[in-house]
Amino acid sequence: MLDKQTPLIFEHSRPSRVNTTHTQRTTAKTTNIPAGLLRKSKPRLPEVSEMDAVRHYTRLSQKNFSIDTQFYPLGSCTMKHNPRACNSLASLPGYLNRHPLAPVKHGQGFLSCMWDLQEMLKDVTGMTAVSLTPMAGAQGEFAGVAMIRAYHDANNDTDRTEILVPDAAHGTNPATATMCGYATKEIPTDANGDIDVEALKVAVGPHTAGIMLTNPSTLGVFDRRIKEIAGIVHEAGGLLYYDGANLNAILGKVKPGDMGFDVIHMNLHKTFSTPHGGGGPGAGPVGVSERLKPFMPIPVVGKNDDGYYWLTEKDLPQTIGRLSTYMGNAGVLMRAYIYALLLGREGMVRVADYATLNANYLMVSLAKAGFDMALPERRATHEFILTLKRQAKEQGVTAMDFAKRLLDYGFHAPTTYFPLIVPECLLIEPTESESKETLDGFIEAMAAIQKEAEKDAETLKGAPYSQPMRRLDDVKAARELDLRYSFEQKDGK
Amino acid sequence: MPFIPHTEDDTREMLKTIGVDSIEDLFDEIPAELRADALSDVPAGQNEMAVTRHLHDRAGRDTQPLSFLGAGAYEHHIPAAVWQLTTRGEFYTAYTPYQAEASQGTLQVLYEFQTMMAELTGMDVSNASLYEGASALAEAVLMAVRANRKSKTKRILMPSTVHPTYRSVVNTIVRHQGITLELLDYDTKGGHIDPASLPSKPGDIAALVIPQPNFFGALEDADALTDWAQQHGALVIGVVNPTAMALITPPGEWGSGTGADIVCGEGQPLGAPLASGGPYFGFMCCAQKHVRQMPGRIIGRTTDLEGKKGYVLTLQAREQHIRRSKATSNICTNQGLLTTAATIYMSLLGPEGLRQTAEHSHSNTCELSDALCAIDGVEKVFDRPCFHETVIRLPKPAADVLAGLDQKGVIGGFDLSSDYPELGNALLICATETKTEADLNTFATTLREVLA
Repeated sequence: MLDKQTPLIFEHSRPSRVNTTHTQRTTAKTTNIPAGLLRKSKPRLPEVSEMDAVRHYTRLSQKNFSIDTQFYPLGSCTMKHNPRACNSLASLPGYLNRHPLAPVKHGQGFLSCMWDLQEMLKDVTGMTAVSLTPMAGAQGEFAGVAMIRAYHDANNDTDRTEILVPDAAHGTNPATATMCGYATKEIPTDANGDIDVEALKVAVGPHTAGIMLTNPSTLGVFDRRIKEIAGIVHEAGGLLYYDGANLNAILGKVKPGDMGFDVIHMNLHKTFSTPHGGGGPGAGPVGVSERLKPFMPIPVVGKNDDGYYWLTEKDLPQTIGRLSTYMGNAGVLMRAYIYALLLGREGMVRVADYATLNANYLMVSLAKAGFDMALPERRATHEFILTLKRQAKEQGVTAMDFAKRLLDYGFHAPTTYFPLIVPECLLIEPTESESKETLDGFIEAMAAIQKEAEKDAETLKGAPYSQPMRRLDDVKAARELDLRYSFEQKDGK
Repeated sequence: MPFIPHTEDDTREMLKTIGVDSIEDLFDEIPAELRADALSDVPAGQNEMAVTRHLHDRAGRDTQPLSFLGAGAYEHHIPAAVWQLTTRGEFYTAYTPYQAEASQGTLQVLYEFQTMMAELTGMDVSNASLYEGASALAEAVLMAVRANRKSKTKRILMPSTVHPTYRSVVNTIVRHQGITLELLDYDTKGGHIDPASLPSKPGDIAALVIPQPNFFGALEDADALTDWAQQHGALVIGVVNPTAMALITPPGEWGSGTGADIVCGEGQPLGAPLASGGPYFGFMCCAQKHVRQMPGRIIGRTTDLEGKKGYVLTLQAREQHIRRSKATSNICTNQGLLTTAATIYMSLLGPEGLRQTAEHSHSNTCELSDALCAIDGVEKVFDRPCFHETVIRLPKPAADVLAGLDQKGVIGGFDLSSDYPELGNALLICATETKTEADLNTFATTLREVLA
């Protein structure tokens, strides 16, 4: 049985318990630094033995749900299996010990992998060029919109002050538009889950810099009129940005470049399984069409007769610039490269096939079990939305109650309350790596929870019961901020 | 099929439940004209054995000469336990802890991380990390402009002793928001910003950036700079090396007032391998009064239904998924896995281990600098005290000398001539605790040969 409350590492501390294996045991001198610049009191870092630390962090790890331990159908996050080979091969000493500024002749092995990855991502997305450097999806979005801005600026087209964003979009889309100095204009979704094309026609104009879209959309459906949308935006002089959050659904089957997009970012921690690491690191490479190629973020891998090298501002004088100190999340990119080699071209298409099969199977089965879908007439893509609006009205239980109760059944909850336009929703993404047995288990759990809701709604409201913690008080956390351990409290009592 | 468990029977049954004949039917909403041809530049799939051989072959093409490069990324010994624990599946394959009750492991690690970073920098609070150092400084600049409500100008004073790439990244990220970055010249004798050179009537400034140590490895007069900034209504943004914090005055104690307002930096020295530049993590700490302007994930301690202490994501009203276009930043993820590694790294080293790492790196660099400057024509460039990097001047162009050293198996450092041409043939060198006396001698002997 897991302990409910694990003491903090600081509470294991004993003064002067020094881990001599990890200290230098030298008589280093600091005579060069005047006393006025030296630290007067030690930082209160833990003073523990190696075994204390190993036990403590092993125990904490056991208090996490993860893909390795549970079904994790978090919509829009693509929680698929993370093959172990990707981690061990990306951690070979040749890759791990290379200093980012070491001359490129010492890194030809690494650079050749990055070049090959760039080429593969170009093919998968149907774009002209790829820059691997953005470190996460949100940074890829920033790079994309900054390129759109650089393009308009280069054409002296400075009246374009607005970015169009669907009302179902990820929050990063409007936040990114703001960072690039644009106002955001929301476009409504029609009753079928597609962009409201009539509203779009009214919204576009000489002020439109571009539109940010996810297709399949965050509603879990493929926008069928995408070519028409691209035509409308291009006609108005705007560019199209593709948020690659949902690339898993169409991998190898539809290329964003063919839909008319000018720039896209990919989430390699999702589609290419690199993994998620408790909230990062990610990698958000961008692909561009010919007209945005001069503005790509640097560095980009180049190749000539001497081998591989970095393209910099000398090669791309109109670049939007650098987004990080070096080349981005190299180790994440290596994992994506290895995953791509293991899948190969047939494997990529199979990812889209089985991710879609699993999502549709789960959607139809849950509908048969009595649940309401947000868009029952549509095919699911790799994910779909279930709405508990009826249960909220009839039994007084919320999407959050279902989510917390699922934890007791051994499943991580789907994404809750996103997209914002569907009430009491669960966004469910099973991914291709889950078996039919696991999906059936989830369907049974959902049906069982529904029965509980009908019989005794209070059970749901008190969930979870099986976790180290009962339901936690978010409101108190934000009101009575406690963001760090208080040593004084310990010392004083 | 790789990573897909379905048997033919499974697929058949699932299709039957859905009511379609083939998987292909599930894509019938996608217009036919959009369907792609087979991928041409992705090779056929290979099994794990073949891919392993291929990756070993490529790793073998990467050579690792003895290196004295720093310039923002530092080689330190990483205890074996750090990555063995960090890559446990429960940390490695979890995501952002949206379901707090089922993510107490990650959440508690991050709360411990926030405590350790606040301790190290001497600040009140920390966030749960940003991407890496340069972009963290960009976020700090944006935060300072939001937090300094008295300032109307969005002017940021940026010393030329800040890492040149950091300055360029900050420019890329903040340039669309009406912010001006004004460069401060450095003192050519000290290699630092001379507080006496600062204007007595600087006008309205949102913030002053103080690097500690600075890009040259030199220690700034952070106390005087902080006092000057705060006298003129500017916030102070410290951009610091976390290892150095075990040894030198932390930003929370800078100046005669309450210290720096915002502190950020590159977290890589705390347990992340060099790995060609990433993944690393950026850290950010601040004074309590600015916490609601801080970007990124923040973890808070609260209680559950039974009154037991537990951890949750908090202050989410600042973030993009709630505030959308009015969020503090578009940042979504943090660098969770790297902060896990850093937390374990700091636990294993403790205050004494980290101090010794810092001291040993410092003394190695001083010894190296002395040994190299004993060679004819090689000299120290600046007279300010340094942390674990310093600048030497060579009698020949640095690029030529570096090429000569490289031929003999030594990467000698970072050539400063394109970023700071006024320094002549200047080279930035670094020797962390990983360098032995023999390594330092090898560098000196080899440089003597190359210059002969």
